[in-house]
Amino acid sequence: MYLQTADLSVGYSGKALIKNINIGVEKGKILCLLGPNGSGKSTILRSITRHLKKIAGTVLIDQEDMNNFSSVESAKKLSVVLTDKVAPELMTCEEVVATGRYPYTNHFGKITEADQRIVEESMAAVSILDLMNQEFTRLSDGQKQRVLLARAICQKPEIIVLDEPTSYLDIRHKIELLGILRNMAVKEEVTVVLSLHEVDLAAKLADTIILVKDNHVYGCGCPEDVLNDAVIKDLYGIEHGSFNMLLGSVELPKTCDLEPKVFIFGGDGSGTLCYRALNKRGISFCTGILYHNDVDYQVAKSLAKQTIVEKSFRPVSEFVFEQARKALLKCDVVIDSGFDLEGEDNRNKVLLELAGNANKTILSLRHQPIKANANWEKNVEYFDDISSLISSEGLKFRSNNSRERKLHRSLAASI
Amino acid sequence: MKNSNLGKIARYQIIFILLILALAVALVLSINTGSVNMSVNEIVKIIVLKAQEGSVNSNIIWKIRLPRLLAAAILGGALSVSGFLLQTFFRNPIAGPYVLGISSGAKMFVGFTMIVLMNYVSALPATVVVLAAFIGSLISMGFVMAAARKVSDMSMLLLVGVMIGYICSAITDFFINFAQEKEIANLTNWSMGSFSGIGWSDIQVMTVVVFISLFVVMMLSKPIGAYQLGEGYAQSMGINIKLFRLLLVLFSSLLSATVTAFAGPIAFVGIAVPQIAKILMNTSKPIIIIPATFLTGAVFCVFCDLLARTMFAPTELSIGTVTAFFGAPFVIWLLLKKKK
Repeated sequence: MYLQTADLSVGYSGKALIKNINIGVEKGKILCLLGPNGSGKSTILRSITRHLKKIAGTVLIDQEDMNNFSSVESAKKLSVVLTDKVAPELMTCEEVVATGRYPYTNHFGKITEADQRIVEESMAAVSILDLMNQEFTRLSDGQKQRVLLARAICQKPEIIVLDEPTSYLDIRHKIELLGILRNMAVKEEVTVVLSLHEVDLAAKLADTIILVKDNHVYGCGCPEDVLNDAVIKDLYGIEHGSFNMLLGSVELPKTCDLEPKVFIFGGDGSGTLCYRALNKRGISFCTGILYHNDVDYQVAKSLAKQTIVEKSFRPVSEFVFEQARKALLKCDVVIDSGFDLEGEDNRNKVLLELAGNANKTILSLRHQPIKANANWEKNVEYFDDISSLISSEGLKFRSNNSRERKLHRSLAASI
Repeated sequence: MKNSNLGKIARYQIIFILLILALAVALVLSINTGSVNMSVNEIVKIIVLKAQEGSVNSNIIWKIRLPRLLAAAILGGALSVSGFLLQTFFRNPIAGPYVLGISSGAKMFVGFTMIVLMNYVSALPATVVVLAAFIGSLISMGFVMAAARKVSDMSMLLLVGVMIGYICSAITDFFINFAQEKEIANLTNWSMGSFSGIGWSDIQVMTVVVFISLFVVMMLSKPIGAYQLGEGYAQSMGINIKLFRLLLVLFSSLLSATVTAFAGPIAFVGIAVPQIAKILMNTSKPIIIIPATFLTGAVFCVFCDLLARTMFAPTELSIGTVTAFFGAPFVIWLLLKKKK
């Protein structure tokens, strides 16, 4: 391990909060700390960067105790991007970045031509050359964060420590910032230690992940092995709603737990948008028949009251079909998200016809009419988009939102 | 890029030249103005050729005007640099030795020392007064620093400073009540703030203290620059934060204590001048701003002293009145600007 902690205990004013931390990362790899707010991520980072006094234990860089380094030596090895708000008066971005040369310059901090070259290279690395002469305090948060990263790069360290560098950044700047870090790790063998709030980004960025919860190290290892939905739920104490590790996406809590009156035909990802739209309206629903490998299944298992699912790559079994038929018949409204109607033995098509024959209201998002050559087709209502579907008469009374229901009733009465 | 750097350097040079010219003009005007009118020719002769030694005019120039305006220049510069250091230390653009109560702390301790020692000696040597002022400054600074740990809001910190100033003034008044008449005259006069009555031996002491401090502060300009990014970043660049903070406290206190020891507390110079220097130079690079602040402070105080002497002559205003008249509106403007 290039950077390693040995029985490190960290905390404030002599009191250990987290004890016996043994974590490490190889040279040119990225270590990411994950955990809820206040779990102690920053405390660990600030102890590694010597901003906090260690309670016990050591931090080793390349097998050598960091305490043996002078402050200038350690500044040449390790640079930081902190959460501290920085507001230097009248300093241009170039000047802020150039402070990274501090450990290398002479007594008066003279920037030589070589230093100037490194300043410009660092600014180019995070593509902020155009900000060079702008005043730092006038920048946006995203730009500031990049300038501070350029400053850290300019210090030519072997290790960069970043405390929640993506807070305040929009999605584009997040992607760019983490991309830059990845590039530095791969191309320049810079070791990166950081804390993040975005579980999905952490999994995609880090080589090693450390999970911190309630002031202890809850788990560590390769993110691909360590992270799964259950671990995330437990790590952050998510009780309602869910996080899907595979998709890297969040689903908000289910808004209604009543017996479903709406059946959604999903499949090929066409159902997901309907699920979310109905959940926002507080409408409980069941969905099927999905194959296990369908992306709709990943969302349905968080949002649907009931999901009828078949194992992948095989015909739908009688048992599963029967399950779906029962669920369908209990519902009043059917939403057809526009699944594939092709195939000789298409069980979902059979189910749809069944719904039609049972006189269920069918709300369809299909662009081409169903063409089943049957009488019930006149009951099918077609919609161009989800917003018109969700506000259609057919769904109004399904809402769990009582205020809306009352409003609707009084409207109907007045007409 | 190269062009803009050259532009900056040209700006620094021009402003420095203008400041030096302004100081020269201020000094010449000052020495030429007063209740006794003398021709420039005569003044030059008196100063350069030491003509008419022993005459009234020579005495006015050598014993009254020259030491007074030199003191105004040196102490004005020192006070401004002290303000710059405090602004750096508290990362607060409206900090200064007067509003933070540091000058009042110095005044209090000097008053205390005078009253105690006057029973044994007739006049205190300048070094003792400086030392007493330094101790008093450090006492106040200790309180302000303790408060700064609790409050992060800069206006709150100023409020605490102003309160500390009031407490120190109250204690000083308390001492004055118990002092003998001769001392009262001395103390009240001095505690109003004035550059009058400063002699050549005082000039020697203040020159040594101020210029040594200024040298040390210039030597610290690299860490001061890094400290502008905040303590966390400064430390990560390899600065010994504890030592650095200690040096900042010691030298800002020493500079303002020297001023208070010789001229009493002077308001608003410490806040306003560093800001003016930054606006003039359009940078906050310490290596530029420290000398620029010193020069601007010198010019400002020499002019203010000139006004104090001449506006309502023969009545003389206290220097604090004049500096407050110009400084306080500027500080209000700064406060309002920061709010935006």
